[in-house]
Amino acid sequence: MLNRQGRPSAPQAHGVSDPAAGMGDQAARLQGDANRITDSTAGSHPTFTGNKALAQIEPLLFEIGRYDTTGVDIDEPEDFEPRLGGLERKEPIGLPGLSEPETMRHYVRLSQMNYGIDTGLFPLGSCTMKHNARLNERMARLPGFSDVHPLQPVSTVQGALELMNELGRYLVTLTNMTAVALSPKAGAHGELCGMMAIKAAIEARGEGKTRNVVLVPDSAHGTNPATAALIGFVVKPVPAREDGWVHVEDVKERLGPDVAAIMLTNPNTCGLFEPQVAEIAKAIHDAGAYFYCDGANFNAIVGKAKPGDLGVDAMHINLHKTFSTPHGGGGPGSGPVVLSERLAPYAPVPFVRAGKDGFELVEQASDAEEKPFGRMTAFHGQMGMYVRALSYMLSHGSDGMKQASEDAVLNANYIRAGLSDLMSLPFGDKPCMHEVLFDDAWLKDTGVTTLDVAKAMIDEGYHPMTMYFPLVVHGAMLIEPTESESKSSLDLFIATLRDLAMAAKNGDRERFTGAPYHAPRRRLDETRAARNPVLKWTPPAPVAEAAE
Amino acid sequence: MRYLPLSDTDRSEMLARIGVKTVDELFADVPKSLLLKEPVDLPRRKGELEVERILSRMAARNISASSVPFFIGAGAYKHHVPATVDHLIQRSEFLTSYTPYQPEIAQGTLQYLFEFQTQVAALTGMDVANASMYDGSTGTGEAVLMAHRVTKRRKAVLSGGLHPHYAEVVRTLSDMASDSVVTMQPDVSGSEDILSQIDDTTSCVVVQSPDVFGNVRDLKPIAEKAHKHGALLIAVFTEAVSLGLVASPGSQGADIVVGEGQSIGNALNFGGPYVGLFATQSKFIRQMPGRLCGETVDADGNRGFVLTLSTREQHIRRDKATSNICTNSGLCALAFTIHMTLLGETGLKRLARVNHANAIKLADQLAGVKGVEVLNRTFFNEFTVKLAKPAAEVVERLAEKGVLAGVPVSRLLPGAGLDDLLLVASTEMNTDDDRAALVAALKEVL
Repeated sequence: MLNRQGRPSAPQAHGVSDPAAGMGDQAARLQGDANRITDSTAGSHPTFTGNKALAQIEPLLFEIGRYDTTGVDIDEPEDFEPRLGGLERKEPIGLPGLSEPETMRHYVRLSQMNYGIDTGLFPLGSCTMKHNARLNERMARLPGFSDVHPLQPVSTVQGALELMNELGRYLVTLTNMTAVALSPKAGAHGELCGMMAIKAAIEARGEGKTRNVVLVPDSAHGTNPATAALIGFVVKPVPAREDGWVHVEDVKERLGPDVAAIMLTNPNTCGLFEPQVAEIAKAIHDAGAYFYCDGANFNAIVGKAKPGDLGVDAMHINLHKTFSTPHGGGGPGSGPVVLSERLAPYAPVPFVRAGKDGFELVEQASDAEEKPFGRMTAFHGQMGMYVRALSYMLSHGSDGMKQASEDAVLNANYIRAGLSDLMSLPFGDKPCMHEVLFDDAWLKDTGVTTLDVAKAMIDEGYHPMTMYFPLVVHGAMLIEPTESESKSSLDLFIATLRDLAMAAKNGDRERFTGAPYHAPRRRLDETRAARNPVLKWTPPAPVAEAAE
Repeated sequence: MRYLPLSDTDRSEMLARIGVKTVDELFADVPKSLLLKEPVDLPRRKGELEVERILSRMAARNISASSVPFFIGAGAYKHHVPATVDHLIQRSEFLTSYTPYQPEIAQGTLQYLFEFQTQVAALTGMDVANASMYDGSTGTGEAVLMAHRVTKRRKAVLSGGLHPHYAEVVRTLSDMASDSVVTMQPDVSGSEDILSQIDDTTSCVVVQSPDVFGNVRDLKPIAEKAHKHGALLIAVFTEAVSLGLVASPGSQGADIVVGEGQSIGNALNFGGPYVGLFATQSKFIRQMPGRLCGETVDADGNRGFVLTLSTREQHIRRDKATSNICTNSGLCALAFTIHMTLLGETGLKRLARVNHANAIKLADQLAGVKGVEVLNRTFFNEFTVKLAKPAAEVVERLAEKGVLAGVPVSRLLPGAGLDDLLLVASTEMNTDDDRAALVAALKEVL
């Protein structure tokens, strides 16, 4: 069966047993569909291939790969007697290969269906999609960082430990905290680390059985309650008031001997700095509990304020947000946790210590003078991200980081000022931090939803903002431009959103409800994907059967 | 500052448009006493050249794996990664994109995740795989939690051949969640009696193969016993290349397969970032942690891909979610899938044979050195040797001679009385000269 590019739609078996049996009719139909891209806007000029100039269709690897092809030249070893105890693999694996030029083309074409920061404005609120400097990539690839093994003798990795120590010093200095646990692999993993430190501290006080409640504001990231619940805490919500803030009275009302901690995001997910944060911290501490701060929005205040001064006991820092390590399509991230004096002794292994003969790596709890609560991950965490983050910090310096925070906040407020007359601000027209939150009140009676606006933005060449988060606001649109945008870029963005807003209000529904019209795909059916999950490619049925 | 596009003129105009005089008026909600008056006590900005000098100096203080005869493994392996891989993952559209929440402009990421899931399912011999975990160790922690959800039991049994860091990650998570864990004694020979530990209260048995000491383990009897008692078998691997030659965990009855994917496509990176592989049977899909990519169609009926089954996840379920995971290891998964595409079935199997053959050669040569005893009956590309002197001391002496010989077991299991044991790995990277250098250096030191 050939598709319209003249390629077979399943790998050629070439002597390997054919794994192509057993694919259902429905999958086979999809198979056919995959190779025909229809487009309502170009209907009068169909192409033979289905491609549209630079917009190329790319089949799945499994439809173009071959089981006898490899793009890696390796010599067969000399004959040997295996020592696998009779556990050799007997069945074929089912992994088609491509030659090197085909591989290059396959992935380059896939990449062209993606939107990245380098493509255009990416105002995804709470995700801090700032410029990813290529200097940082180059530094992370120095063989002295990328080509060293985590279990090499410590004497052979002194520079790597120096880098970790220096990164830790920067993070502790910027936050005015006592210690840092570098190893968590992402933001949510950092949250888990911080909450584990809190749990360990509470157990050390002998209150492990009685203090089991964690207060989480309704506006929090979903990871906060999920993290607390994961290690057995009972989550109790705290409302955000109509002004978007958490009020100290509401926290106090819920405080008691059963409360272990509060998990508060500051600046919060509504894009606002919590003005009562110091009072909340004091109330929490007076009640014998700890203050976990979600540091996802640290980018607004780096160099402007120090979380340690606000009374924070633990805070994770998303190196992939604030310190610009690339998001990479969803990871890898890195989530170091800074800890107050009260929690520092419980930081997990491993950690770096300056010894008299150079840096030491404490890998076992038994080697520590402190009381590490355990281990978060194998080895020492996301070294590749540490290098990139330190490269960012060295480049910016204390002055550049402060300027970056100010520019991030300035840019968000500039967008607020440019749109506040047409779009609705749920908490009034007051200064925001590095992101500005709109609700969907301005769309009332237009028949257009937040989702529709997002999809129409795609047609205009933008990545949409964060939608429907935070949950405390109806139809939320959270816009975070970051400091990486120029004034002219923001001016065009504001003009575009104004045009969209006017169009929505003037009844041009079609521009929204059918959008996107110009993306590599029209709107995708997520319900269908969830109802009948197809999570991997399965070989098509033989043509004869499929035709019946 | 080269990264900041705004000029001072821009800033003034923008402040005027907003209607404030200074940027600090935008920080009005920060209590005045907490707003910093001075820049933080760190150095000022630096040009690219200066940053390169500082970081290159640090990098130069490390001995890189490619520069010496290198035999270190124990959960992270030195393999050759084709140049194509690193080029492709640095394409802006892959490198600087986000989790594909807007699928219409993220089909590149979604399609490779779908291909990745298919490859991982095939490699492990399982029905479905997710879009990756942080790494093998955290994936193992998540697998245990998943087994608890499936079986509604809360006791895990960990094999003594499980990588000690992995075991520690599971224990840390379990202690915090008040779940119970039975950890078997370190099992150097791969002959522990784990079957006797499985009973009707067991949620899961966690067994690594090849195990941390290198032994290739027969998982079938363990799967049978586990299933008889309503428990799950979690099969772990830390060397993905082994699956090119060794029977898949799926074919041996595993219920969840979790492993480290670093070996395919990813550098050593001093321990991270890596990529966790996670696969299971179809019936457990809704209990799986992590992102899942699924096939669907768009409004014109064209095939496309989306993140799916997100009702399991934290941003929907909050404290009822299957996991708190948000980020996966996207770019490392991309590196894995590109390298796997280049290898194909043919290349992967050949690579695995070369690894096994090299390790056999090395084992035979080391067995001829006085004061060295090779302990393994079975192994893939890593095995355990018993030395006449403490392994940590020997490794240090060999490092001084420019040979990175392996991992002393005492570094992973201090106080276990295994100070004379050394884990030695050999991949396709090792040449005859490398092996000769190790043998010669060992003869001098022992």
